Amino acid sequence: MTTRKERLKATLNQVPLFLGLILLWMLLWGSYSGLTVLTGALLAVIVSVGFYLPAVELGLRVNLWYSFVYFSRLLFDIVLGSVQVAVLALSPRYTPSNAIVAVHLRTRSDFVLTLTGVSTSIVPGAIVVDVDRVRSTLYLHVLNVHRPEQVEKFRKGVLAEERRIVMALGSRADVERLRRVSGEDRSEKDQHARTQHAREKRKRGGIT
Amino acid sequence: MHIVAIIAGILFGAAALISLYRIVRGPTVLDRVIASDVLVATVICALGAEMAFNRHTDTLAVLLALALFAVLGSLSVARFLPVRDTE
Amino acid sequence: MSDELRDVISAVLVLAGAVMCLAAGVGLIRFPDVLSRLHAATKPQILGLMAITADVALNNFTVGTVTLVIAIVVFQALTAPVVAHLVARSSYDTHHVRIDVLILDELGTRPD
Repeated sequence: MTTRKERLKATLNQVPLFLGLILLWMLLWGSYSGLTVLTGALLAVIVSVGFYLPAVELGLRVNLWYSFVYFSRLLFDIVLGSVQVAVLALSPRYTPSNAIVAVHLRTRSDFVLTLTGVSTSIVPGAIVVDVDRVRSTLYLHVLNVHRPEQVEKFRKGVLAEERRIVMALGSRADVERLRRVSGEDRSEKDQHARTQHAREKRKRGGIT
Repeated sequence: MHIVAIIAGILFGAAALISLYRIVRGPTVLDRVIASDVLVATVICALGAEMAFNRHTDTLAVLLALALFAVLGSLSVARFLPVRDTE
Repeated sequence: MSDELRDVISAVLVLAGAVMCLAAGVGLIRFPDVLSRLHAATKPQILGLMAITADVALNNFTVGTVTLVIAIVVFQALTAPVVAHLVARSSYDTHHVRIDVLILDELGTRPD
């Protein structure tokens, strides 16, 4: 049984996604009139009721400056990664040497986990092979790593990416967590928190 | 501009031919899936380049449709690939 | 913006996209296993598309074109990783990954 306040909060949580759907509809039509807003709203209701999905906890926090930092850095990374992979493909001296790296993220939110996975894998050079949602871990296939230092460098890069996303769009709790555990968290305390969190998430009946 | 168009055409054609080669040869289904993805990406880029050269936006809707739905084929193959299909 | 400058930028963007496509093709031939080829495939899908659509938007600078171009790039950026991930996991599960070119495999040794 949910209280009225909880239900209100859940509805408010859906508002940005709802507005996004309307915006998308107007974009597809290429016109910004009252009629498209109306039909867009109607369709958004049909879509979100008809194709019901479990709600994503967005956190409702957007920092414009950090979003700008995140997107410009992402663009830079895409260009750099593309050029690197292109050079690699065309260079005559190429010896294959790859790695599958596990990166333990610090976030506890599915939204940030997904966004980090997507943004690391649209940068050429890394692909998500598997995701452990309960432990917030990404398993990434990395192209062209020869030495262990490069693996560590890559891991730091992904964690920095996560930091940028959390600063831009993450919830307040995630920002706090980042502040507490700086760098890679392999401390005993955090390991304990991680298992605790995993147990909770399983109990809630998430898909593992 | 004319020369640029010819060069770009040759590059796109070569890319398409190479991915066709991989589709025909590719040892596994997944290789073929990836190669067909590259072929679609090449087609998208070529259509866009044609638009840029001739200064029109008629096929922009085609690009949108391809960007949205080109993934469906490879997605379903990858999703429903049986594990026993190892060779 | 002068016409000449626009032509030069346009040519550079088209050529960048074309080179990305070609490099992806060459990568498809030269890279040893499915996962590496996947890396090659993501290039024209993202940077090639961005370059080409930026070019289209540059030549036809209207609100409708620019928003549609942004929509195309965003959709591609959202759908391409999904396919890449599914293909990657499928190839890992069906043992199409060449273990000998991996220097580290933390997925094989993960805690369960």
